[in-house]
Amino acid sequence: MRTLLRTLAKPFTETAGLARWMLVIGLVMTSLFVVLAIFAPWIAPYGFAQASSGGVDFPKAGAPSGDHWFGTDRLFFDVYSRTVWGARTAIEVVILSIVICVVVGVPLGLVSGYYGGWLDRVLVLVMDAMFAFPSFLLAIVFSFLLTGLLGGTVLAVALSLSAIYVPQYFRVVRNTTVSAKEATYVEAARAIGASDFVIMRRYLLNNVVQSVPVLGTLNAADAILTLAGLGFLGLGIQSTDAAEWGHDLNRALADAGSGIWWTGLYPGLAIVLLVTGLTLVGEGLNETLNPTLRVRRLLPVVMTPREER
Amino acid sequence: MTGSRSGSLPRYILQRVLLVIPMIWVILTLVFIVLRVAPGDPVSAALGGKLNDEALDQRREALGFNDPLIQQYWDYLTSVARLDFGTTFSDNQTVLHVVRDNGGATLSLTLAAFLIALLVGIPLGLVAGRYRDTFPDVAIRIFGILSYAAPIFFVGFLLQAYVAKPLGLPTSGSAGVETVYYMERDGLNRTHILLFDVFLSGNSYYIEDALKHLLLPAVTLGLLICGVFIRLVRVNILQTMQSDYVEAAEARGIAQGRVTRRHAFRNALVPVITVIGLQFALLLGGAVLTESTFNWPGLGQKLVEYINDRDYVAVQGIVTIFAIAVVLISLLVDIVNALIDPRVRY
Repeated sequence: MRTLLRTLAKPFTETAGLARWMLVIGLVMTSLFVVLAIFAPWIAPYGFAQASSGGVDFPKAGAPSGDHWFGTDRLFFDVYSRTVWGARTAIEVVILSIVICVVVGVPLGLVSGYYGGWLDRVLVLVMDAMFAFPSFLLAIVFSFLLTGLLGGTVLAVALSLSAIYVPQYFRVVRNTTVSAKEATYVEAARAIGASDFVIMRRYLLNNVVQSVPVLGTLNAADAILTLAGLGFLGLGIQSTDAAEWGHDLNRALADAGSGIWWTGLYPGLAIVLLVTGLTLVGEGLNETLNPTLRVRRLLPVVMTPREER
Repeated sequence: MTGSRSGSLPRYILQRVLLVIPMIWVILTLVFIVLRVAPGDPVSAALGGKLNDEALDQRREALGFNDPLIQQYWDYLTSVARLDFGTTFSDNQTVLHVVRDNGGATLSLTLAAFLIALLVGIPLGLVAGRYRDTFPDVAIRIFGILSYAAPIFFVGFLLQAYVAKPLGLPTSGSAGVETVYYMERDGLNRTHILLFDVFLSGNSYYIEDALKHLLLPAVTLGLLICGVFIRLVRVNILQTMQSDYVEAAEARGIAQGRVTRRHAFRNALVPVITVIGLQFALLLGGAVLTESTFNWPGLGQKLVEYINDRDYVAVQGIVTIFAIAVVLISLLVDIVNALIDPRVRY
């Protein structure tokens, strides 16, 4: 328990100055959105696809007012409520896609790196090809297919996002496995008759998953942008199924020329804030873990004048 | 190390070129598996409801969708080898034709965006790295993070809502209706790349019109990559400033400004050249969104249209071409890299 706490606190204790500030600000911003996501039903005054309240229709593209803090859009929806509900969609999709990535990428990388041979070569080739492919196009192709199969659901979009990131998890885990399996403790385990499964599960797994949390944080920021991009192109979640910032911005674009700024500004700001928060956390962690970026702090040496005798 | 045959440049280039073939093969196979083997029938997806069952079956037969998969796979590979990327369902054009008509717009957009990103990103990165942890550094880094965090279509929305009107800039298309009409009527569309054609025509009205249309989309896309450059240049400067030769130069008593300019900056910019090529994939994804935001008549816009029509052949063709382009560009980058930096040649 104490070691766990110490590991969690490591980014704070080992950073100083700007890096620590970035980490703290990033964490605060990110947790704000997590709170919005969890408590959306209590924070948002209306539902995400609610166009009237108490028998009274909302105004069409109404300017911000006391009833509708962020105004309403052309579909009569309350922009404030949709922005809050959008946090829930974004966080749901990102968590789901990272879980899929870990569940698929880590075992594949472990097996591929441990056994080597033709399986390893084929997997590396396929993953490299996927990695070389422009990631947003990959997401477009996968969501084109998956939304055709599963409809515009959270699962379909999360799966399309995973297609981008699985190769990264695979690579990291595979490469660390390849070097970790040469260690003497693995050899010792094999000598006392441990099976391959036991070696992978009990000896290698803990050593190779260390980099996964950092990768997850860095990918989360990118995933939010990709999710919004897909939504903007109309390939993501449908606006009646859930509130999605990218899709709202797509509908808002038509308003940009006619002076209706509130339908696009708030969902857009939400994306910027959440992505900035996650990026700050990622950068802060990176600065802790990447020693080449650390500042060499020189302590001034004060030479006291020697007393003349 | 030196003079050994394994280190020769032609040999490295040959190795790298040969490596492209399996890479393209794997990507083509991936595209085929994803788009063709997946359930759902392309013909009824695109034309269902428009034709009766018999006509649908005829189309399927004609396009070879009734053949066994392995046959379809072989046909796909051989037709790509013959540079035949298929004919679209929805508007019955060859994919190459679509690329010729729309690729130019994407090319001019991405080139302009690259230029803006370099002009803004490199100086800002240099300043941030040089004055580490001071106010300019913090401000520039925040700008860098924001330019990455702000989605293309949000920047586009803000520019359309707040900048376009006061400056009188257009927000849709790559040129005015008049320009497009007269260019075509007078046979001035020589290269099929509008931006080049207007310059070739030498008509200042057309040039101004095309540049005005280009400005906002290029700035929007340029901002996305400029964040990458800022970050990269900054980190490189930080690492170079800590290197031994910089310390040595300082120890020799060379003025601080001169060390930074002549010793650190130059070497910090070398890796930038290599990373520029790698940004191409990011740029391509960004171009799709920029084109949709500004109604820019490029390949990305076309791709989205075909996706909405569920036109599998067109999507497969365009994606194949994008993939081959990315592989070829990374080949080019590696070769340029090897020319610049001998260490790359193993």
